[in-house]
Amino acid sequence: MKKLSFTLMMLFTTISLFAQNNDIEMADTLRSNGKIYIVVISIVIILVGLLIYLFTLDKRLKMLEKKSADKN
Amino acid sequence: MKKNWWKILGAILVLYSTIAGLLLGVPRLPILHESIRNLYFHVPMWFAMIVMFSISIFYSVKSLSTQSQDDDLRAVESVNVGVLFGILGLLTGMIWAKFAWGEFWSFDPKQNFSAISMLLYFAYLVLRNAIDEEQKRAKISAIYNIFAFPMMIVLIFVLPRLKDSLHPGNGGNPGFNMYDLDSRMRMVFYPACLGWILIGYWVYTIRYRISALVYKQQ
Repeated sequence: MKKLSFTLMMLFTTISLFAQNNDIEMADTLRSNGKIYIVVISIVIILVGLLIYLFTLDKRLKMLEKKSADKN
Repeated sequence: MKKNWWKILGAILVLYSTIAGLLLGVPRLPILHESIRNLYFHVPMWFAMIVMFSISIFYSVKSLSTQSQDDDLRAVESVNVGVLFGILGLLTGMIWAKFAWGEFWSFDPKQNFSAISMLLYFAYLVLRNAIDEEQKRAKISAIYNIFAFPMMIVLIFVLPRLKDSLHPGNGGNPGFNMYDLDSRMRMVFYPACLGWILIGYWVYTIRYRISALVYKQQ
């Protein structure tokens, strides 16, 4: 019995901890109405664009390297 | 394509860490709130910088023994990329600091010392440009780099730990584990670091290949 009550006590203290945690303000509305995805999508578009740009730069450089190797 | 697998891996990891970093759950902490997500973007910049500077010192030491111009070019281009990541790390850190600590620059030891180590590497680049003769330039800048690297390590990793600092993990503050209560963040943080390191290495190889081409044309 003592063990059980102790377990229950521990459980309740942790529950109150969780409740306290939820008081901390986070961007919950931004997430709940889905507007966060708009931000994520635009950031991903920018990143993908930059990465593709890097790939094309790499390709052009490879072409130049080949050309200069042929010359020598 | 087979040789480029690590570039694709880097791109995927950076994209994953950005998406997951914005959408996955994070611990609810006072003061930091959502800005804890900056950990996925601010800290990897510094890791990438350290890796770039490590590559640089490796090639600096190598260039002293081989006397090869290629090694010298590799050393300077990796410093260039490292400095870029360092500046990005400073700027992201300043913005985070404004909202977490109240000031863009609160003269936190780690802030000051990382700014100083940036200056060390600016000095490296200026020193190089000041010397015209190739052999001399390679030798002097390699030796300077050998001194600059341990100083950067001491300034960023050792000295801030001895003083009171606002940065976690320094001056008695709890370390990274403070944030990491539920290890959800590890799932994003480590891929983010690896991804940015790979992207940084990729940019470095592009810069090196360009300057090797230019050198060949001369």
